[in-house]
Formats: sequence, C-alpha cells, structure tokens
Amino acid sequence: MVQPLLALRGVSKRFAAVQALVDVDLEIRAGEVVALVGGNAAGKSTLVKVISGVGPADRGVIAWEGRPVQIRRPHDARALGIATVYQDLAMCGNLDVVGNLFLGREIHRHGVLDEVEMERRARELLRTLPIDIPDVRAPLATLSGGQRQVVAITRSFLSGPRLLLLDEPTASLGIEQTNQFLDLIEELRDRGTGILLISHNMGDIKAVADRVAVLRLGRNNGLFDVGTTSQEQIIASVTGAVDHSGRHRPSTDPGERWS
Amino acid sequence: MTAPATGRFRRFAEAARRRLHEGGLGPAPVLLALAVIWAVFQSLNANFLSPRNLSVLSVDIVGTGMVAVGVVFVLLIGEIDLSVGSLAGLSGALFAALNVNHGMPEWLAVLVAVAAGAGAGAFHGFVFTKTGLPAFVVTLAGLLTWNGLMLYLLGPEGSINFSGDGLVAMLTARHFAAAVATYGLAALGTAAHLAVSFHDRGRRATAGLPRRPAAEIWVRTAPLAVTAFAAAYVLDRFEGLPLALLIFLAVLVASDLLLRRTTCGREVLALGGGTEAALRAGVEVARVRIAVFLVSGALAAVGGLFVASRLTAATTVPGSGMLLINAIAAAVIGGTSLFGGRGSTWSALLGVLIIQSIASGMALLGVQPAVQFMITGGVLLIAVVFDALTRRAAAGRVRA
Repeated sequence: MVQPLLALRGVSKRFAAVQALVDVDLEIRAGEVVALVGGNAAGKSTLVKVISGVGPADRGVIAWEGRPVQIRRPHDARALGIATVYQDLAMCGNLDVVGNLFLGREIHRHGVLDEVEMERRARELLRTLPIDIPDVRAPLATLSGGQRQVVAITRSFLSGPRLLLLDEPTASLGIEQTNQFLDLIEELRDRGTGILLISHNMGDIKAVADRVAVLRLGRNNGLFDVGTTSQEQIIASVTGAVDHSGRHRPSTDPGERWS
Repeated sequence: MTAPATGRFRRFAEAARRRLHEGGLGPAPVLLALAVIWAVFQSLNANFLSPRNLSVLSVDIVGTGMVAVGVVFVLLIGEIDLSVGSLAGLSGALFAALNVNHGMPEWLAVLVAVAAGAGAGAFHGFVFTKTGLPAFVVTLAGLLTWNGLMLYLLGPEGSINFSGDGLVAMLTARHFAAAVATYGLAALGTAAHLAVSFHDRGRRATAGLPRRPAAEIWVRTAPLAVTAFAAAYVLDRFEGLPLALLIFLAVLVASDLLLRRTTCGREVLALGGGTEAALRAGVEVARVRIAVFLVSGALAAVGGLFVASRLTAATTVPGSGMLLINAIAAAVIGGTSLFGGRGSTWSALLGVLIIQSIASGMALLGVQPAVQFMITGGVLLIAVVFDALTRRAAAGRVRA
C-alpha cells in the first residue's frame, strides 16, 4: 500500500482555555485534493498552522510518507516540501512583490541578494497566473486585494511544493480568476502535488476536491468522497445536523452561505 | 499603438506618479529643507557656508550621526531604543576610565567600550524579546542604569580628560590634507555608483528584464557627483578630508548595503513590515530583534567615542538626554518612519545635517540654545506629521 504524503493522528491543540483541536485525524495523498470544511471556529486555520509549523500541535503524531516527523517551526515544514497560503495573507506591505515572493528563501550571488535573478523568476511565475501585476517592484501595500492574493499564491508555488495548504485562497478573486486558479490546482494535482484546500465555497470544492474532511468544534466530523456524496450531506455534517451533541445552530450558520 | 519610446515614457510617468501617491518622495523634501536652512543662515551670516564652518560641521555631525544610524535599525523593525544616549556616555566614560585610570592600551579600551555597548544593546533586545515588554520600557530602564554607571565611572568630578595625541583624539582631529584624498573619494564614490548602476543594467538586459535607459543613469548620477565634488572642493580649501567624516561615510555605505543587499537586512525590513508575515516566512524574529538592538548599542558606543574625541574628555554631556533626542530626531527628520519598515541609513546623515546646521547657524548668530531647541522641535514635528501622512496615504491606496 502506498503511504499517504501526510497523515495526522490524534492531533490536539489548546489555546489557554479553548480546546481548538481534539484528536484530529487527517490524511492527504500525493496527487489528491482534500477539501477541509467546517463552520467558524471549527479549527481549520489552527490545523493549517499545525501542519505549517507556525503553531505546532500539543499532542498527536504527524507522519510524512509513513515516517513520523516533527514540525516545530515553519522551517521544518518547508524542509519537507510544505507550502502555505494563509487566509489573512500576512505579507510585508513595505517590501515589493519580488521581496515578498522570496522572503525566507532569497537567492544569492557572491553573498549578496541577487535581485535580478529573483525578479526574472518572479516575472516568469506571475505570467502563468490569472491576475496582471503591473509592477513587480511596487510595495505590496499598494496592491489590490486580488493582486495580493495572487502574490500569496505565487509565493506558495515558488518552492515547487509537494504539499500545498490553501486557506480560503479564492476569497478575494473574481469568478474568472477563481476558475483559472482552480485549473492551476488541478494542474498541480496532476503533477503529483498533495493539496489541502480550505473553502466555504461548495462550488469550488465540487470542482476540484477528491475528498472532503469535515471539522466541527475542533473534532473530525466525517470524511466524504466528493463524487458520491451530496452537498446536503456535507452541509449537514458541517452544521452539526448529524452530530449527536444535540446543539443545533440558528440560521446564521456559515453553512447557509453555500445554498 | 504607441511607439516604443512613448510607451517607455509612459511607464516612467506612471512609476513617478505612483511614487508621489505613496508619498515616497525619497530624500527630496529633506534636501530642500537643508537647502532652505543653509540659504537662510548664509544670508544672515556670510561665514556660515565658509569652508572652515562646513568642515567643522562635517566633523560635528559624526558623533550624533553614528548613534542615529543605530536608531534607524531599531526604527526599521518598528521599535525604539531610549538607551542610546546613556550608552554613548557610558562608552566614553568606560574608555577614559580604563585608559587613563587603569592604564589599558587605547585600542583595547576602545574595543572594550564598543563591546560593552553591543553587549548592553543585545541585553535590551534579549529582555524585550523574552518578556514581551514594550521596547521603550526596557530601554528606559537601560537609560537610567547605564547613565548611573557612567556617573559612577566618571567619579565626583564628572569628567576624565585623556590624551590629545591618542587614537581616540585623532578620530576627530585627523584630516587628510592631500587633494587626492578629498577629490579621490568624490571620484571613487561617483565611479562606484556608475559602475554598480551599469553592471546592474547589463545583468537586467541579459536576463531580459526592463532596464533603465543609460541616459537616466547619467542623469541620476549627476546630482551625486556634483554634491561629492562640491564637498571635496570645500573640504580641500580648509584642512582636507576629516577622518571622522570618512569613517562615518564608510559606516553609512556598509549599513546601507547590509540593509538593502543582504538577507539579514531583508529580515530587518520584513520585521518592520509585518511580524506575523516574517514569522511565517521562517524569519527567526527573536534573533533579528536581538541583533538589531545589538547594532544600536554598538553604534551608540562608537558615537560616544566620537563625542568624547571632540572634547578629548569623557563627560556627562552625551548622557544628558540631548544626544538621545537629537539622534532619534535625526533618523526621523531624515525620513525613517516611526512606524517601522520604511527608511534608510542615509536618513541619519540627512537628519543630523539638518539638526547640526541649525545648531551651528544659531551658534554663529549668537542665538541662545533655547531658541535652537524650539526650532529643532518644530522641524521634528513637521517630519513626524509628514511621516504619519505618508503612512496614511499608503494605507488609503490599498482600499482604492
């Protein structure tokens, strides 16, 4: 049997009094898109931070291709080949597009930064992406939300990752750009990249995901095959309709947005 | 379709307009302010722009300027270091106490003084990083502590005189009278700028990237060359190139290269642009913070030695508070943002030139220091307001 690219077993994380993740299991295989869904405060972003090393887990086992690994720092995750696009797109507004793209993996020449090579590669990459960035030397603070999103996504492609974590990557994109972006995800998957996609958009999930993992209040609440599961079933699992905790949410639940 | 030349022109116009929008006018407003200050003082006293006065000015700026370069590093990560004045004072006192009172060789005493500054700075950074206390509180404690230690070292007399022929005294007394020194440095600086610009242009061309027209490089180099050779001419007519100015320029060039062209510098700027982003990109935030406070402490100590050198005595003057205020004011007036992430070490030079020009002009006119403080305060306020407006303009553009 082929080992999954990444396997989490019994991952838990606590912030002071809040138990953000409880015994979460998750598997992502190479060449597979796994969608991670859940309501607000379900622990999706916390789980991303666990995998990316920004907020390591308190308990639990992480296996990479079947071997147990420690991810204590962003550096550890990057060494394994994990790249991340965060929901809040935290980037440095004062640095230019090139500077942000290569932050943490600058290219050097004779010991100093090789701005020319970095700019060349940045332009090459950005050409393949949906949004036009008019000036790669513009400080990031001057870019629009969509442009920043493209920079964040490009940044994650740069390292040629084996596992890509995408936390609501299409939130600031228009319809056409979203479609182009989804094409890009499929292309990466076909090349054997494992992808974890967090999204509130059922359309996106139906379009590219192979499996859907549901988190609810920090716990696993179902794993579905996208091809054989109805949207209603997944939503029911997100909102807790099939959870036996007995707590039903009012109609302001984020799940409503999908319909 | 537009002709290629028109397209190129349009791109430049677009880039220029964008720069105006961001408020990133570069050093233009500061240079304009400096020109106005010099013109006003020259019209009030014909000696202001004399080679003697300008030469003295070029040495007087170095002590505060060195401290201000350290302050720029701290401001770039969005923090503040209030201990630099005290550390400058401590450095002078430590040097004098070790050299004069304990007979330590000058070079060793200098090393110990600078190492003490670096160590104290690193300690501030360490406490700031590990406790999460605001940097101004940590360095305020440093301000008091190191000022106390300085007073203790200086003893009841409050000053220690040292040799006027020694290493430290030479820092500000030595001048290179040969014309080859002054004009040579100007030529070297201009040539280096041209060489780097054209080398860069060549590499960009090879990589197929858009590049500056050669004419633009010449046009940009011209003001630099004029300034450099004018300075060389003026200095040559008095005592030649001051050693202090040479060292200051070397520190400025080195720290500018460090910030703009190395990974360390990139990490400093990234921290000022967003701590969370830097953290996620794998920047070791704690290490960079400690390093920045170390640099600030070390440069404060170096600045303190230059201040002591000017008087050939270690005194309580640098610890009095004016050096701290002037150094921070210089960095901000020169264009380094108080909000972090924006600025350059050259702002230390421009800012300290403005502050010291006002001080020098006032002294020539016989105006009392009270007025000088008020004017410097006004200039600082203008600079800070300008900084805040620039920041707001940049933030406003995002939503647009």
